[in-house]
Amino acid sequence: MSRLTVDVAIIGGGLIGAWSAYFLARRDKRVVIIEKGVVGAQSSGTNFGNLRLQGRFPGQYPLSLRSQALWEQLEDLIGDRCEFEQTGHLYLSFDQKEREKIEAYAAVSETYGLTIDHLEPSDLRRRWPWLSERVVAATFSARDATANPRLVTPAVARAAKGLGVTVIEHCRVTEIGSGGGAFTVKTDTGTEIDCGQVINAAGAWALAIAEQFGETAPLFPAGPPQFVTEPYPYFIEPSIQAVDGSVIFRQIPRGNIILAGYPRTAADPVANRAPVPAAKTLSAMQSLAKVVPALANCHVIRVWSGIEGYLPDMVPVIGPSRTTPGLFHAFGFCGHGFQIGPGVGLCLSEMIVDGETATPLEPFSIARFENPVETDEKFRREFDSEPAPDRSAS
Amino acid sequence: MADIVIIGDGPAGMNAAAVVHAHGHRPILITESRQAGGQGYRRPSPGLELDMPSLMGSEAGKYLALHARFEAIRSAIDYRQNTLVWNIENRTLHLLRDGVASTQSFDALILATGAMDRIAPVPGWTLPGVFTLGGAQVALKDQGCFIGRRVAFVGSSPLLALAAQQYRKLGADVVVIADTTPLLDKVAALPSLANSPRTLLRGLAYLGGAWRAGVPVLNGVTALAIEGDDHVIAITLKDSGNRDRRFACDAVALGYGLKPETQLAELAGATLVYDETFRLWLPRTDAYGRAGPGLYLAGDGAAIGGADAAEASGALAAHAALADLGFAEPGATMLGLRRRVGRLRAFQQGLARAFAWPVAQIGALADSVTLCRCENVSVGDVRRAMDQELGPVEINRVKAMTRCGMGRCQGRVCGPSLQEIVAGHAGIAGAAAGRLRVQAPVKPIALAAADAIS
Repeated sequence: MSRLTVDVAIIGGGLIGAWSAYFLARRDKRVVIIEKGVVGAQSSGTNFGNLRLQGRFPGQYPLSLRSQALWEQLEDLIGDRCEFEQTGHLYLSFDQKEREKIEAYAAVSETYGLTIDHLEPSDLRRRWPWLSERVVAATFSARDATANPRLVTPAVARAAKGLGVTVIEHCRVTEIGSGGGAFTVKTDTGTEIDCGQVINAAGAWALAIAEQFGETAPLFPAGPPQFVTEPYPYFIEPSIQAVDGSVIFRQIPRGNIILAGYPRTAADPVANRAPVPAAKTLSAMQSLAKVVPALANCHVIRVWSGIEGYLPDMVPVIGPSRTTPGLFHAFGFCGHGFQIGPGVGLCLSEMIVDGETATPLEPFSIARFENPVETDEKFRREFDSEPAPDRSAS
Repeated sequence: MADIVIIGDGPAGMNAAAVVHAHGHRPILITESRQAGGQGYRRPSPGLELDMPSLMGSEAGKYLALHARFEAIRSAIDYRQNTLVWNIENRTLHLLRDGVASTQSFDALILATGAMDRIAPVPGWTLPGVFTLGGAQVALKDQGCFIGRRVAFVGSSPLLALAAQQYRKLGADVVVIADTTPLLDKVAALPSLANSPRTLLRGLAYLGGAWRAGVPVLNGVTALAIEGDDHVIAITLKDSGNRDRRFACDAVALGYGLKPETQLAELAGATLVYDETFRLWLPRTDAYGRAGPGLYLAGDGAAIGGADAAEASGALAAHAALADLGFAEPGATMLGLRRRVGRLRAFQQGLARAFAWPVAQIGALADSVTLCRCENVSVGDVRRAMDQELGPVEINRVKAMTRCGMGRCQGRVCGPSLQEIVAGHAGIAGAAAGRLRVQAPVKPIALAAADAIS
């Protein structure tokens, strides 16, 4: 049995955990990351790779914009670009109702200072002539970007390690003891960690940690099915999303087109499986061919998914525990944690080191689950069927 | 009426269909191919006049008999050619035929998916003019073409001598048969080969033919490399006496035995187990071919055994499926087939030692050698990724970090070599490097395939 004493123990070596460790280490904190598998293996490593700004939850813009600024300096921060590209993001609408929706998104984005191009069919024909004529209107945000999720989290964890962070992989937290303003984290490998603060960044596995401290959230695991095609000549520069949720896609400069589509599929965090049903592969393929008819003969070569944590209001939990001083939660990113990952890490480091952060995080408090929470419309649309989170079971 | 579906129309699938038909059922036989017979017993394309009895040599009788048996039942079964099975989930097959997707459920599924060449990279292996050994034979049997006029047969496989003989018979120049397994290892494997004397003698006869024709036959070669700028011009190697040799040629047939096509078995729920002799992950079956409820594996897709074992194991799996469905009593036929399959597959274990997968040579490959040709990933790219802080030591993770095995073929070609590079570089056992997980589609499918789906 080994024993370790640090300032902060981070449970979960995903993107949130890695960035939190990185920023804490820059503030001279001694940090350990405890990861049950390997860093960046679940949704942090298997997500679509979008750094989308337009269309986000309004209360999230200060955090999102702060995070985007970090993404834009990724290479300076960690010494690796991880295929970051400022590709822009295009929202497509296929009818009047959808058009109103993307215009409403755009109005919010513009309030926060984003520049949005409002595009008519004639503009679309000129800029992206290969888009289907079914598109009635679109909005384009040039600051939106993409990066390679497979590379980012390991690269951030490496950078954190370079700053002195201890990364323990293949190690599962079994119990966290607390008392006297300190914690003892016990693991299945026998390693015990004494620390002053704990960050619960365990993704789809985070609820078990929260519940040890008398807190809960209706978290459930799901996986977004993702697909990739063979390489085609590079012609799709922006990341493109149909606002009806049928398909989201982007092409990487080496030629492959990555696509994903709703609804998301329930995943099994115990068996560690996030299946991709055949019917979803076919429906995403069909949707892409409708938006870009020139891709009809492009071949899908691979599908994948990963397990992530969702909450019914489609808003993550970020911030201090309500029951236990020194414990911080950051989980339930509902499929949009990639973009805000660096920002969340920075804010958590400020809360721990400075006792506060200038970025407003009130909408993300775990306290909101002390009362019944309204299910987001997005939630109903993006999932196969609304799961009934069973709080009594766990 | 239960749906008994057979996938693959090589000797195993053909024979399974014949057994199911003989019991009064109408099997559904699904195949990607246009011509029955699989790879080894492939029929030439229509209109191509090839002297197949001469090409098949000592196996001509079996070849003709199998095809004659199949012709007799062909119109009585539901035979679906040109049909790709791209996914299996919840006892449903996802099919693609003429660009249109559809599904087919089953009560019993017999997978007779065959095998493909196992390739170890050597410098220059992606040059035009380099073919897999099986590909060289397919070009001949399917199209009546040579891969070149002056061909080097290289790797480690009993099929090197067979293919070389077929090429010589039809008029090609065979410049060398170069095998990486030392002669001493072959001699050491002889006792385990002697229980199938006929097959052993046939192999020796092919080699004898090559010797008589003056073809250099080298064993225990090392430092294999293929020369050329935009096409193969020569192969270079060190012979067993460590002398540098160079053979000018315009084509290379490269092969290290066969690798079962296990993707569909894995999707259907079979458990894969690492085999130390073959150094491959093979599906686990019982002695009859059962791999799970309603799931049966036969032929080289289950375990490498060759055409005779494929025929017998196809019949055996069909008998097992019929018995499990309550359509037939398990009987003496099954016991006999079971013994025969066991004996033939044991012979292949011996062959795997006489024609060994060149673990040490793969481990010694230079960093500059291409490992994954789909994604253009070199051996050095993989080693460097592993050497990083928090670098991967598990094969799926290595794939995620390097793109090795992530391209069009999904690691079907580079997978076994990647396994050796990872195990060798990490200093761990082959099994400990992990196994490339399969994901549908098992072969690429066009977006347009989904058009017919509502």
